[in-house]
Amino acid sequence: MPSRRILITGLASVWGGRLAHQLESDPEVETVVGIDTADPQHELERTEFVRTPPEPKPLARIIRAAGIDTVVETTLVGDGRGLSSGRTRAIDLQATMSLLEAAARSGVSKVVVKSSAEYYGSGRDAPAFFTEDTPPLRRPRTPVQRELARVERALREYGDEHRDTTVTVLRCASTVGGGLRSAQLSLLSLPVIPGILGFDPRWQFVHEDDMVGALAHAVAQSLPGAYNVAGDGVLALSEVAGLLSKPLLPVLPPWGTLFTAGQVRRLGIPVPVGLLRELRYGRGLDNRKLKASGYLLRYTSRETVLKLRSQQRLRPLLGSGQPDGYRYEPEVEEFLRRSPSVQAMQRARSDATPSPSQGQGQGGAYGSLTEGELLEVIPSLETASMLALRDYEAAGPARPAVLAEIDQQLDLRESTDN
Amino acid sequence: MPDYPPNDSGTAGPTASGPTTAGPTTGEPSTEVVRREQLPGLEPERHITDWGRSERVEHLVDATLGHFLYHYWHRVEAEGVENVPRRGGALLVANRAGQLRLDAALVGKTIREEHAAARPVHLAAPPALTDVPGLGMLATKLGVVPEHPANLLRLLDDEGQVVLVFPETRQERVKPLSSRYRLRSFDRLEFVRLAAQAGVPIVPVAILGSEEATPLLSGLGLLGRVVPLRLGIPVPLPARFRLRFLQPVRPDRLRNGRVGSSELAEDIRGLIQENLYEMVANRNSVWLG
Repeated sequence: MPSRRILITGLASVWGGRLAHQLESDPEVETVVGIDTADPQHELERTEFVRTPPEPKPLARIIRAAGIDTVVETTLVGDGRGLSSGRTRAIDLQATMSLLEAAARSGVSKVVVKSSAEYYGSGRDAPAFFTEDTPPLRRPRTPVQRELARVERALREYGDEHRDTTVTVLRCASTVGGGLRSAQLSLLSLPVIPGILGFDPRWQFVHEDDMVGALAHAVAQSLPGAYNVAGDGVLALSEVAGLLSKPLLPVLPPWGTLFTAGQVRRLGIPVPVGLLRELRYGRGLDNRKLKASGYLLRYTSRETVLKLRSQQRLRPLLGSGQPDGYRYEPEVEEFLRRSPSVQAMQRARSDATPSPSQGQGQGGAYGSLTEGELLEVIPSLETASMLALRDYEAAGPARPAVLAEIDQQLDLRESTDN
Repeated sequence: MPDYPPNDSGTAGPTASGPTTAGPTTGEPSTEVVRREQLPGLEPERHITDWGRSERVEHLVDATLGHFLYHYWHRVEAEGVENVPRRGGALLVANRAGQLRLDAALVGKTIREEHAAARPVHLAAPPALTDVPGLGMLATKLGVVPEHPANLLRLLDDEGQVVLVFPETRQERVKPLSSRYRLRSFDRLEFVRLAAQAGVPIVPVAILGSEEATPLLSGLGLLGRVVPLRLGIPVPLPARFRLRFLQPVRPDRLRNGRVGSSELAEDIRGLIQENLYEMVANRNSVWLG
């Protein structure tokens, strides 16, 4: 049964926000409701936001009242970003359990949960490519891994008890990209990538677009069971460092790694302690089940890292935050959605060009890039920045190749957005 | 130059179109075919495979040390290389001897030098090896794969690669020189079972020379009991190597359920043993061949 009315938990997170954005542009989808305790970070058009903690009773009421048929859980912590064990546990277990309880009470037909490849663990005796049937390595090493195992067990039990509900678990590889916070990302953002002496682990990545796409795919299709979400290709860490044009420095010794990592942290270099096993053994995923289900991954691991590279090069120019500086204002949102005057205007204005939100001062920073570099970074820009760059370029150097590339990208985005 | 055969699937890359929303393959026409088709495509810019095998490191070692050992130090003489199939998966089963994994390296080098398709050989080694700092990393870059059943199945069945295994028991790896070329029992029968499951031929390989090239100096007898350290020699002696690739054994019999995996393993072991004895008997000199 296709999903028409969807509830997303964690609307304020990157995944919840981006998934809502993608779903609301689908005319087949009737309703998107997002819940979170924090303000949404993404500008959304028709997604309705309810500020509530994920507790079973209010959730069940929302689900019943809005006739929700699909719930999507995007808040699972799965990147070992160094939360304390208790906090991780509170987030994972509580949120997922209440979601399941609410789902059971109100009888939804589909539950989609974003889990993480960290579920499998990482170690010496791991297969080179984890398939969905591979049991996680014995003895979970990190708190996140332990919680993920619990959550997945709960989900399996739920699926067994409610045969008519489709339970999808997406185990995603590391995502690195703008706006995200993950241990992998903070490691790869260091000027020098610290490694463990004598180890070159295999790492795999998934592009954020593919992650959102896979979530939307799971909403649109019926995919019972677990699915690995990972880009094609497993890279050696040295390869990743090479792609990012950063040196890989084996500063951590193979023995006493944890102790040294602690000392290195004291020196002010944020080596993520939760990643030490991955720095040693790495992990590869078998993504063939997802591909066979009809999802076409758009980016390989290598291309994901190349994207990260262009983002990292641009950060000094564009600043780190969202280019729009979007802030959620309940009254404004209310006005934008409900006011008849706005709704009438929206139809008439659908093809007008939005005004550039970036000042000329930032545009000037592009001047330091050569034409070749500019062409390389343009596809990774946010639409608003691209518009600003176009204005700057038209007013200044007006190189035809750059202008043509921007226009082409803008057309492409417009056609994919519609 | 190692040559990686292309996978069945097309090249990967960014595709302009979004994810296809074609329905899931209900009914699963043939999961095996699907699994093979969905393998990641080749990215020509990369020089490291998804297994961590590095073309550059391999080429470097191959052109220097490999070349020297193969042509001048051990003067490898191989027969029956054509028994290794030109395409598709194949499991090479060889006798192990010596302390260094010289034999494995030379089998790989032989196929690269003499075989018409010059296929890369993956060596299945215990996972403990990949946990050794430095050495494990180098081994992975040279094509060593931890012998996890899932790894071997993927290599043999899905990717159609050549995998080399040494199924002799590891319990008593310390072998006196007097009992050289006497094969231990094959205690790891899963190799045979996996080959049957993947439906690939098993090519027995008899290796002569490895026992003399890297003999054990201590670790045997009374001294070995006192000193747990086993002393090998740091540099392999220049014994002449002879490799004989035997007729492929099709594990179909096992699949039909007519023969148990232990019987088939015993057959293969017997074949290698027989050939080894013959090769030893025909050999004039350990060093000159």
